[in-house]
Amino acid sequence: MAEQLFQRDVYGQTLVELGRDNKDIVVLDADLSSSTRTNLFAKEFPGRFFNFGVAEQNMMATAAGLASCGKTVFLSTFAIFASGRAWDQVRNSICYNNFNVKIVATHAGISVGPDGASHQALEDLALMRVIPNMNIIVPCDGPQTADAIRVAANTKGPFYIRLGRPKVPTLTSKNVFEFGKAQVLTEGNDLTIIACGIMVNQAMLAVENLAKKGIKVRLINLHTLRPIDAETIINAASQTRGIIVCEEHTIIGGLASSIDEVVSENHPTKVIRMGIKNRFGQSGDPSELLKEYNLTSLDIENSAQELLR
Amino acid sequence: MKYTKDNLRDLEAKAKNIRRLIIRMIAKAGSGHPGGSLSSTDLITALFFSVLRHDPKNPKWPERDRFHMSKGHCCPLWYALLSATGYFPEDKLFTLRQLGSLLQGHPDRRTPGIESASGSLGQGLSVALGISLAARIDKKGYRVYVLMGDGEIQEGNIWEAAMAGAHYKCDNLCAILDYNGFQIDGKTCNVMSLEPIVDKWRSFGWHTIEINGHNMEEILSAYEEAGAVKGKPSIIIAHTIKGKGVSFMENICDFHGRAPTQEESQQALKELA
Repeated sequence: MAEQLFQRDVYGQTLVELGRDNKDIVVLDADLSSSTRTNLFAKEFPGRFFNFGVAEQNMMATAAGLASCGKTVFLSTFAIFASGRAWDQVRNSICYNNFNVKIVATHAGISVGPDGASHQALEDLALMRVIPNMNIIVPCDGPQTADAIRVAANTKGPFYIRLGRPKVPTLTSKNVFEFGKAQVLTEGNDLTIIACGIMVNQAMLAVENLAKKGIKVRLINLHTLRPIDAETIINAASQTRGIIVCEEHTIIGGLASSIDEVVSENHPTKVIRMGIKNRFGQSGDPSELLKEYNLTSLDIENSAQELLR
Repeated sequence: MKYTKDNLRDLEAKAKNIRRLIIRMIAKAGSGHPGGSLSSTDLITALFFSVLRHDPKNPKWPERDRFHMSKGHCCPLWYALLSATGYFPEDKLFTLRQLGSLLQGHPDRRTPGIESASGSLGQGLSVALGISLAARIDKKGYRVYVLMGDGEIQEGNIWEAAMAGAHYKCDNLCAILDYNGFQIDGKTCNVMSLEPIVDKWRSFGWHTIEINGHNMEEILSAYEEAGAVKGKPSIIIAHTIKGKGVSFMENICDFHGRAPTQEESQQALKELA
């Protein structure tokens, strides 16, 4: 059994490590610091942590003000509020100014589980992806979360980093992550599976089973949505028979759309989009919800068979 | 009297000159927002020339006081003041709103002296709050001033920031409310009443100073009073006249967002001579 980690624990710990060396790091939260784990930073550096209560719009625009004075601001809340509740502040006060504000959004996707639809952000990548200057990372596990946070701290400009609520198995090792460069996890030329976030694990399980049936899959962990690694996607489109995209997000505007945009302009090929299809989420166990929304490894295997038929 | 008559006369003359620039810029651009630019002119002219510690030759001076215009549509006023205090040459003013201009239709960081964009209302008080907190972290003594419109404070974000400013005891933060009583659709009292406005800010934990926003002596006293307050942020609630200084623009809602014609512009400049 692989090691299982909460991405948000890793995030909180990484912030503390970064905060020791970099005195310009300031952290903000909106009454969710115990869930997002920014409370670890708050405890260590109380003078550089500000809680804004249940007021995300103020938090976003205040972050812009801090950044205008040279601060590197990390701020956190649930993905549903980070992306939707304060979108105009993110667009106009943060991205338009190209400020050093790093939005680390936790509890994304249906894997939030029992809290249900109101708390399951399924549109956040779409909302963030359309704003100029925004960089977007969706780490698949603990080590990748640590690397992504470090990259964001050391790279100019705004970031949106999407984390989940549940523990996730460790699939990658530390310091392998390259910002803007997709990670090819398995080589193969029969077909390509591109996934991000928790769907990388489901895809990995599918790839192992497909291998037993003699199907060689190229599995790509596309952790950086912006800037997108077009080269790796075009290679996959031209060297394999089609692409399956897996995301815990609506199939409109997120990872699947990113792939569609690259292949349709460069090397049109068959793309099967596996994600949330014009529905809201609902309460349930994360594993039950993956089944309900046809996002299990078995569903991915079936899509692969369909693509090769 | 704390300020000499000469001080006050000088500021009044400067304000008149700023008003002339505003009219000429907007007339040349063919669009823009004269009403609110003119109602805020005395408040911000006094701030730029007599209060703000800044160095236009060294715009990144770390100890500088900061100014942010949350009601971004009144940027012709900001641009005129930045030019008049030496951030860029006056001829640039007449490129307002043109393709490729340093002077965008709403504030943008490409303009020398502007550190944060605005235009979407209700966000600037939060931006100023962030600057205030940065000063606290860095143990710097600078102050931050932010201009808000009265219609603007109908935005919920303003009240989130109001709560936070008091919670964090931001006494280096001074908001200026241009209470001219008008917004695009009419009088604020008819569109969405703000009263009792002083009580609202006081109940949110702010030090309130109510003044006539066209009286230089009251304006200077208000900034001085705000600067002495400890443990809470201040707001100067300034009663003003929309379109102040141009008879046919005063209290006329249409001039919130309409440029004067050539003829109107000539008439306005005559009145401001």
